[in-house]
Amino acid sequence: MGAMDDFLLTGNGQAVALRTVPRVEFQGFRRAVVTAVAAGARLAALPVRPLPVQPLPKRAMAPGSDLEILAVLALPDCARLGLLAAVLPERWPALTPDCPAAHWFEREIAEQWGVEPDGHPWLKPIRFAPPYRGRSAGLAPPSIGRTDFFTMAGIESHEVAVGPVHAGIIEPGHFRFLCHGETVHHLEISLGYQHRGIERAMLGGPSPRGIHYMETLAGDTTIGHATAYSRAVEALAGLTAPARAEGLRAIAAELERLANHIGDLGALAGDVGFLPTLNYCGRIRGDVLNLTAQLCGSRFGRGLVRPGGVFWDAEGERVDQLLGSLETVRRDVTGAVTLMLDAPSVLARLEGTGRLSAETARRIGLVGVAARACGLERDVRFEYPYGIYHLAQLPVNTWPGGDCFARAQVRWLEIQASLDFIGEGLADLPAGPCHREVPELAAETLAVSLVEGWRGEICHVVGTDSAGRFAFYKVVDPSFHNWFGLALAMRGQEISDFPLCNKSFNLSYCGHDL
Amino acid sequence: MLKIFQERCRQKYRTMAYPDGPAPELPDRFAGKPVLEGPCRPDCDACRNVCPTGAIAIAPESSAGLELDIGRCLFCRSCEKACPEGIIRFSREHRLAAASREALVIGTGPRGPASARHALATRLFSRSLKLRQVCAGGCNACEADSNVLGTPVWDMGRFGIQFVASPRHADGLLITGPVTANMRLALEKTYAAVPEPKIVIAVGACAISGGPYAGHPEQGDGAASLVPVDLFIPGCPPHPLTILDGLLRFLGIVREDR
Repeated sequence: MGAMDDFLLTGNGQAVALRTVPRVEFQGFRRAVVTAVAAGARLAALPVRPLPVQPLPKRAMAPGSDLEILAVLALPDCARLGLLAAVLPERWPALTPDCPAAHWFEREIAEQWGVEPDGHPWLKPIRFAPPYRGRSAGLAPPSIGRTDFFTMAGIESHEVAVGPVHAGIIEPGHFRFLCHGETVHHLEISLGYQHRGIERAMLGGPSPRGIHYMETLAGDTTIGHATAYSRAVEALAGLTAPARAEGLRAIAAELERLANHIGDLGALAGDVGFLPTLNYCGRIRGDVLNLTAQLCGSRFGRGLVRPGGVFWDAEGERVDQLLGSLETVRRDVTGAVTLMLDAPSVLARLEGTGRLSAETARRIGLVGVAARACGLERDVRFEYPYGIYHLAQLPVNTWPGGDCFARAQVRWLEIQASLDFIGEGLADLPAGPCHREVPELAAETLAVSLVEGWRGEICHVVGTDSAGRFAFYKVVDPSFHNWFGLALAMRGQEISDFPLCNKSFNLSYCGHDL
Repeated sequence: MLKIFQERCRQKYRTMAYPDGPAPELPDRFAGKPVLEGPCRPDCDACRNVCPTGAIAIAPESSAGLELDIGRCLFCRSCEKACPEGIIRFSREHRLAAASREALVIGTGPRGPASARHALATRLFSRSLKLRQVCAGGCNACEADSNVLGTPVWDMGRFGIQFVASPRHADGLLITGPVTANMRLALEKTYAAVPEPKIVIAVGACAISGGPYAGHPEQGDGAASLVPVDLFIPGCPPHPLTILDGLLRFLGIVREDR
């Protein structure tokens, strides 16, 4: 791919020396990223890091010369990742007008570093968190709850505000519907209520708390983020986890996918008033969480994945028990979901609701279930395989349509694929140890770790300083890519269809807010 | 319609017998209440070095005995693994809830579960308790395992306990998360909207002590930093059985000694 000539190519879970990442002038960086994305590359992460402080004597640095921006592009054609860096000016011509997938990333950069992308069409905070350093303009960051960045004016147009405390038991976020009558013309999503400072706290690590930040980063994706973290640490330490550990990680990851997808299908049924499937799936989801607890004691997989491998092995008797329980789950979930997807009253509510085109999904960089429900073949397990997925491949389950039905259908297909995968994986676990000691991390090294969580692509970009400690730690939860997809899916919809659309995406608030 | 009835028969009646019958069996690897079998070596700090939340301390009034604060504990077993003497061990005891914060600090030797009974709640709410859940920085694990109590298996509606949509319909709050700075105002307003008399339940290590986020400037080290808390339910997250047991003992629906 000629567009990729400027980039350093690396692999998922590989370490590269920081100095080998090519650095270009910002204009060249912008041109290279925009060209590559137009040619089919995908923006996986766009982290910014402060450049190491110059040794004494202190020199007055030119404004904006102390930050470096790094593009991490996923290249599906060659299953590689492309890296390119540049010094980030205080103000820069925004990438977003030419590369909409950069939209949320540039807002994050502006908020975190007090710099400004010129010409960004939708510039406002994403987390309402204090910046990592002073703002050049001397403005205080807006406090959370401010929502008047973009409004719609006109006769009979009105706004409906929802949250941060919602009616159900869900995480906090604020939604503002810009409506004319019952029709939503745009949904303004205002997050940040869950911000706990995880990326900041990771600096200087690895520390005893690191794995716990990862396990609670998005609690329903404990295995996903703990695996991405562990694989990044292992890459920086020059270590490969034992095959048995990778097998157990993948089984736990598919159990996590199974539990969440089953819960989501039940919740979708509940949102259209189809109560049998709501109640069955609520229970079956718990049964799957209990299978994870059979593995490690915790229903959410806490304490299982650790850098170097896994904490708990699964001996023969345990494997047999799990295999038996899995068949019960298969029978119960098949009955519950078939009931729902056979009911015309359910299909009438799901079909055509909250539609996104494949072209929109591609342009805004959608990932995971939401992308596959637009017909896009995006799945880290297939495109950038890691661990046991090198050997045991899963089909990429897509469905055209981009509506709530497609998102339900993709989940149902993935439930069946995960059930098969777990069954085969348990019966065929590699022999050997399940943990290795992790040596010191390499200094001045960078690793990118991609994992397919149940919502979609999880990306951790980690770099070490001269002492082998974390100098920067960037987490991109799939929700980071997909929240804007929900906003676009709501355009032209009835406001009463929001719960259904929202549940069909089921994005993470804390995974976004970090 | 026929299919719905058929499936209903296949899926069966699943509500557990507990509390009249036995509690569901927890998995063998479940980390419940820690047990400290002291005394330990005075020069050893292996457990305190690995604890991510500083939950372990030397007891002030004993010869090198330990104290473990299960309000901070993430039940990660790091201390159990690190202890060279095998003094710290996690039992499968699920009854962890307590009505006072101090009762969550566990010392050396065997002890029964701390009291979770609340006089006002027992008198007013033991036949009907409506709760508004507020997630204030929770990771969606405590929320999910509170929510699961509404499914047919746990069916806490049997006891008149229910989550409601508005604080104005509620008798109290069930709070999860360390109380992020960005949720502070929303939590204050939600608490103010609950009519008196009201109770507050803190679920999970974050809501009790900040959990892994304790000390971060982005949060407030738990619900008690903002509102008075009447029941503490430890865990990361607590098992649904731990939460249900806490609620039932809090309301006097099950006796403390069972």
